[in-house]
Order: sequence, then structure tokens, then C-alpha cells
Amino acid sequence: MASMSKADIGRFLARQGILIAFAVFIIGFTLANERFLSPDNVMGVVRSSAILGVMALGVTFVVISGNLDLSVGSMMSFSTIVVLDLHDKIGPALAIPAMFAMTLCLGAFIGFLVGYLKLNSLIVTLGMLSAIHGLTLTYSGGQNMDIVDKEGTWFAVFGQGSALGIPVPILIFILLAALLGIILAKTPFGRKVYAVGGNGTAATFSGIKRARVVFLCYVMSAFCVAVAGLIQASRSMGSQNTVGQGLELDVLAAVILGGASLLGGSGTIFKTVIGVLILGFIQNGLLLIGLQFYVQYVVTWVIIILAVWLDIAAKRGKLWSNIA
Amino acid sequence: MEAGKLSKFLKNGAIWGFIVFELIFFSVAGQFLSLSDKAFMDVDNMLLLLKQSAPIGIIAMGMTIIMINGNIDLSVGAIFALSAVILLDSMTWTIFAGLGDWVIPVSWGLALLTGVVLGAINGLIVWKTGVDAFIVTLGSMLGFRGLVFMYNGENPTSNLNWTLVDFAEAQFLGLHTATWFLAVVTFVIWYVMTRTVHGRNAYAIGDNREAAVNAGIKVGPHMLINFMIIGFLAALSAVVFYSESGSVNPNDGQLYELWVITAVVLGGTKLTGGAGSILSTLGGVLAIQLLRKGLGHIGADTSTVNLVIGLILIAVLFLDRQLNTKGKEELKI
Repeated sequence: MASMSKADIGRFLARQGILIAFAVFIIGFTLANERFLSPDNVMGVVRSSAILGVMALGVTFVVISGNLDLSVGSMMSFSTIVVLDLHDKIGPALAIPAMFAMTLCLGAFIGFLVGYLKLNSLIVTLGMLSAIHGLTLTYSGGQNMDIVDKEGTWFAVFGQGSALGIPVPILIFILLAALLGIILAKTPFGRKVYAVGGNGTAATFSGIKRARVVFLCYVMSAFCVAVAGLIQASRSMGSQNTVGQGLELDVLAAVILGGASLLGGSGTIFKTVIGVLILGFIQNGLLLIGLQFYVQYVVTWVIIILAVWLDIAAKRGKLWSNIA
Repeated sequence: MEAGKLSKFLKNGAIWGFIVFELIFFSVAGQFLSLSDKAFMDVDNMLLLLKQSAPIGIIAMGMTIIMINGNIDLSVGAIFALSAVILLDSMTWTIFAGLGDWVIPVSWGLALLTGVVLGAINGLIVWKTGVDAFIVTLGSMLGFRGLVFMYNGENPTSNLNWTLVDFAEAQFLGLHTATWFLAVVTFVIWYVMTRTVHGRNAYAIGDNREAAVNAGIKVGPHMLINFMIIGFLAALSAVVFYSESGSVNPNDGQLYELWVITAVVLGGTKLTGGAGSILSTLGGVLAIQLLRKGLGHIGADTSTVNLVIGLILIAVLFLDRQLNTKGKEELKI
């Protein structure tokens, strides 16, 4: 019982840590520049974080199940290119479901390899990063994709529209976060995801089909990637082949910043959303106080390490590691 | 027992068998598909292949140690780029103006020092904080890249030194300078891993860290040294490559970690640590370079190369596991 409460305190501290850091940043940036917390700026930051955020929601499932997904960036390029290409060929109403189907197939393939064949997720998704990039280039013939008639289509609504005064990307992000948050926290499937990531063997012995849970996590991640690709395509109405390149690392950074352990079994959708917002607001705040764009990389580095370090330190009750 | 030996032989020899297969395949396919009338297995072509393998190959040797240790380093591409920037930029610093061509070894030294320091930063964080190397180097991959951009914005850093270019393009006993660097690095790291205490400790730590600690191995300093080695090698790779090209873009080296890890995994090193061989990594490096060159030779574009390499990586993972399980079943009997 005592050790139980100690672990609870540790977990509590870890969660507070990230929120406290977030609050300190917000206060600091606000003091430095009063524009920081203006509604326009806040809306702008959330809106530009929406694509990253949507992808991070799916990756949260994968990470909690104890796996990694490094392929989401190139998969997002794929869905963006595909939906833009199909838009002019078969119309948006058919292009969107077709793109979702193709992206989900990719996710299912990864889920099959990692879930059912039990291959190492880091290597599989690293391979798929390269393979899907090749697939995208083959599909597009290396050309940029553009919607020809940008005015005469309702396709722009997902990226540029707004409802009730809120931009649609933000609405999609909020709705998806709420939906996935409920699935993860309140359904049997969500509990199975935690069980599989926390202790796979124990989960198997208690009758959970580990392979199927992992498979579904990757399908969910692919679904989120498809949504992100849709927003991206609709926002820019044209795209390069490499639009999502490198995003997998930002996504992972956001998820880790939210406190999900790469070993699996811990993390929540809410904390991932906080992680995404922290990244977005830091980037924005650094620009507002007049620093170079690239300083954010260095700051992100320091923050990631500090966040994970403090999380671990809280759990082991000691600042420095036990490594001899 | 016999079968166990066979599967071990298959595993160790597999990468070289794959290379032979690639050579034959591209030679034959090239007869029909290639636009150029030069044979694939032309001597110059093969020498060029070795030279082109060097940048990835040199880093892959360091990555093998890191992975045998049970760690990973995702920041090698960024270390590569930052060392390259230091190498080329330091040659124009006014304090070195009076040195003439003697600026070259100084700049080399500075670039290599950069790599070692960056590697040490990674290693120290892994050691002292206990944060997983994957997260530490994922972070520093962003951070180091940020430093590259802060150094010179989005502009390329250029400085062509002709003495240096002559040295980099020289051929000694037929092999290019870069190939010699790869050969020496491979030999040294092979020697370290198979003939020294450090190498033995690397396997021990990767295999069972707790047992290694109990056996009195200082795990922290050991890992720190390995991160310094891979930082040094990433910088050395930059030194070899940019001595010739003389211009570095801030995005250079991106996805190098992907190529390097692919080569190491193709060579049969386990991500979980404890197993792996330097010579097989060399095989992995050559196999990838052959694949890129061969697919180009038969007229395929980059997109196909990406697709094929990604799928081969997954296939190797699958086959490797099949062979491993088989080997274990044999042992049980």
C-alpha cells in the first residue's frame, strides 16, 4: 500500500511537472510580449499545431501499446498527394474515402507486421518510412500535386473553413482528441492498449489478444494520419512529395513531452494534447520575442530531455541515474 | 547441433551471399535494361562504389558498437552536418590566416573535436540522467540540427581548398582516399570489438546489463566512450566527404541515421544489443550501396530505391527472426 501511494505521488509529480512548465512558459512569454496571449495569436498557434496534433493522437495509441511509429511523416505525404491527385480525377466526394482506404491499408500492413508477425516496430516503421516515401514518389512521378480549379470546389473547407468562428482544423483536432480520449480512457479496448503496453505477457495470459490490439493501434494511427493529410491538402490545395518529411520526430517529441513512456503502458490523450500545445506555443513564443526560427530546435531538445528526465527522476525518487 | 551450425553459417554468410546475388542480378539485368553500354561490374564502377560507401560506412561502424551496447544514436546526421560546417568554416577564420595549407589539419582537428564533444554530450546525458538513448538522441538530433541552422541560417557554407580536393580525390593502390578511410576505420573498430576488453565489455553490457554491472564493468563511462566514438566517426565521415565537395547545406546528413541503421540491421546486429559483427556491418553497407547503384544502373529512379530498401529491411527482419527461432528449436533438442 505504501509503495502504491509512493508511485502515485511520483506519477502525480510527473504530470504536474509538465503542466507547471507549460504555465511558466505562458507567463514568461506573456510578460515578454503582450500579443502572446491575444485570442488571434492563440488561435493561430492551435490552428498551425492541428496537423501535428492529429497525428500525435494516433501515435499516442501506438506508443502506449509499447511500440513506435516512425512512418507517420511519410504516410502523411502519401495521403496528401493521393487526395490531391484523386480530387481532380474523381471529385472530392470519392477522393476522400479512397484516400482513407489506401492510408488505412498501409496502417493495416504495418499493424500486421508488428502485431501478428511480432517484428520490431522501430525497424519496421523505419523501413516503411523509406518504402512509403518511394511509393509516394512513384505515385506522383516526382511531380508536385495541385488542384487545378481551386475556387470551384468545397474541398478547401477542411483546412481553410471555419464554423462557429473556430477554424475547422481546430474543430477536427478537438473532436478527434475527445473521441480518442474517450476510447482510450473509458472503453475495454483502451484498457487493453494499456495492458499490452504495460506488460505484454501478463496481458496475453489474461486473455487479451495482443496482436489484434497492436494491429488496431496502427490502423488508428493511420486513420489520424489520413485526417492530417486531408487537412494539409485542403489547407494548401497543392503539395510537394515531401510535405510530411521529418514530422514523425516532431510528433514523437510531442507525445514524449506529454509524458508517454516509450516503454509503453503510460500516457494519455490529454497529456499528448498538452505536449502538442507546448511545442506550438514555444515555437510561437520564441518567434514573438524576436529569436531566430531555429532556436526552437535547441529549446525543444532541452525541454524534451528535461521533461523525460524529471519524469524518470520522480519515479525512481533520485535525480541522477543508477548507472555505475 | 549440425543444424544449429548451419543456421549460424547462413546468418553470418547471408549478407555476403546477398551481395553476390546483387552483383549477378544487376550484371545480367544490366545487359538487357541498362541504357549505358558499360558493364555493371566494371572496375572503375566498383571502385566508385567503395568510395561512395564511405560516408555511411564510417558512421555505421560506430553505430554497430552503439547498437551492440543496446543503445541507438539518431543524431549522427546532425553531428555530420555540424562537423562539416565547422570544417569548412574554420578554414576561413582570420586567426588561422597565416597558416597557409597547414590550416587543413587544424580544421580537421576542430571538426573531429566537434564530433567528439557532441557525442560526449549525448553520452553524458544517457549516463547521468538514465533517459533512454533513443529519446536523448532524438532530442539532440533536433538540437544539433538547430545549431547548424543557427550557425549560418539556411545558406550553404562553402570553402573549396584545392590542396584538400586533390588529397580527397587521390587514389592510392587504386583505392580512393575515402575508401582507405573506410578500410582503416573498419579494421580499427573490428580490432577493438574482437580483440580488446572494451569490445568484450560492449557485448557483455548489451547482452545483460545487470550481469555486466555485477561483473564490475563500469557501464556509464563505457557508454560515454562509445558515444564519443560514434561522434568522432560521424565527424570523420564529414571530413572525408566535404574535403572533396567543399560545400555543406544545413540540411545535409538528414536521413543518414536511417541509412546507417538500415546498413547495421542488414548486417545482422540486434536492436536489443549483445550481438552483431563489424564485418557483417561492412557487408550491410556495401549491399545497400550496391542496391542504390544497381537500381540506378538498370534505369530505376530514386523512388524505387526507397521502396526496395524499405521492404528489404522488413524482409531481413522477418527472415532473421525465422532463422533465430529455428536455431533455438534445434538447440532445445
